[in-house]
Amino acid sequence: MHISEGILSTPVLTAGAALAMGGVALGLKRMDYEKIPEVAVLSSAFFVASLIHVPLGPTSVHLVLNGLVGVLLGWMAFPSILVALALQALLFQFGGFTVLGVNTFNMAAPAVASYYLFNLLVRRGNRAVTAVAAFLSGALGVGGGAFLIALSLVTTGEEFLSVARLVFLAHLPVMLIEGIITSFCVLFLKKVKPEILEVGM
Amino acid sequence: MHLEEFAEGSSLLHRLDPRVKFITLMPFILLVAVLKGIELPLAGLMVSLVLVSIARLPLKKLMNRLLVVNTFVLLLWFFIPFSYPGRQLLSIGPLSLSQEGLLYVLSITIKTNAIVLATIAVLGTSEIFYLTHALLHLRIPEKLVYLFFFFYRYISVLHEEYTRLRRAMAIRCFHPKSNMHTYRSYAYLVGMLLVRSYERSQRIYQAMLCRGFQGRFPLVRHFRMTGKDILFLAVMISITIAMAIIARW
Repeated sequence: MHISEGILSTPVLTAGAALAMGGVALGLKRMDYEKIPEVAVLSSAFFVASLIHVPLGPTSVHLVLNGLVGVLLGWMAFPSILVALALQALLFQFGGFTVLGVNTFNMAAPAVASYYLFNLLVRRGNRAVTAVAAFLSGALGVGGGAFLIALSLVTTGEEFLSVARLVFLAHLPVMLIEGIITSFCVLFLKKVKPEILEVGM
Repeated sequence: MHLEEFAEGSSLLHRLDPRVKFITLMPFILLVAVLKGIELPLAGLMVSLVLVSIARLPLKKLMNRLLVVNTFVLLLWFFIPFSYPGRQLLSIGPLSLSQEGLLYVLSITIKTNAIVLATIAVLGTSEIFYLTHALLHLRIPEKLVYLFFFFYRYISVLHEEYTRLRRAMAIRCFHPKSNMHTYRSYAYLVGMLLVRSYERSQRIYQAMLCRGFQGRFPLVRHFRMTGKDILFLAVMISITIAMAIIARW
């Protein structure tokens, strides 16, 4: 889920970088030194989890899990996603350094939205409420991300409209999968290790 | 998990001061990213190719990387030339191919490849831990650098945990299909990975406290700039400035 280098226009790149910097600054402020290992090792886990390919009909999709990152980490989703994308840019050239800001914002903004909308419901709700809230957070993470990617493309130029539409539509089934997986995963965490759901506070 | 595929070697770029790498690469790729037209991006691509040849990168691995990067670009080739306003070259039914559109996608393709090649040649040739150390010198917030450090450090550890869990699933005859059972199993796999990483992070922090951690890492080894570093810095910055001036013109 990221845009490669050399595609977006300068205003979009600048706006993305500025927004991402703001988010990262807020995230770092909430991350005390004692939280660094927690956030970092959870980020490593998410990085490894994103290698999982889940079958979906005739194809497979890889997990994004930014909704879950958001529910767990809150504003710290910004630095967490930033380091993951920076490493991908460095090692695999997925995304890249010039689009790092845009890509971070596109993934982390829906994550933070998931936190504010669903973290409380997930922690306090009964089983059904938790399941639904977690499903929505997973779907919102990917759906919001895809929408922001489409938006970055369209604001670069009208000619990207058809590509942007395709990108967004391609993510609709992924929203469903992410929702389901996030839902089961949160139910599992709530049962096994409820403290994890409080890391972002 | 072997991640740093290009870091081994002894070329000039492998031995360059990591601080110099960031200072020279960032302006260059930012400039290439905002260039327009064909000629200047081509010049940028030439610079990148020179960097690649200096770094003596393994060609096969490099090609694999480029293949991955260019798949998204390929998608653009199918769409942009048909939706970009401009002089028509060819029309098939409702679709019309515009010359400007083709040139635009070509420009994007050149820029993408130029940036990727330069990044691999300059940053890919250093070990991540040296780059992390360099980031501290470049005034990147300390907490962010530490976060990156731990994050990278524990990826291979958690990847091992992950393969262990996968093996346990395989022993129990897990076959992924498109059904709820598969999704639930994967969700529990992710959940277990998170639980283990969380518990591990607690132990890591306790171990750090035992060793007297007070919010910063002592740095024992320091970078030293040599003549070659300064030469590389001067050449790359001049090229970038020259290209920027021509672009403004």
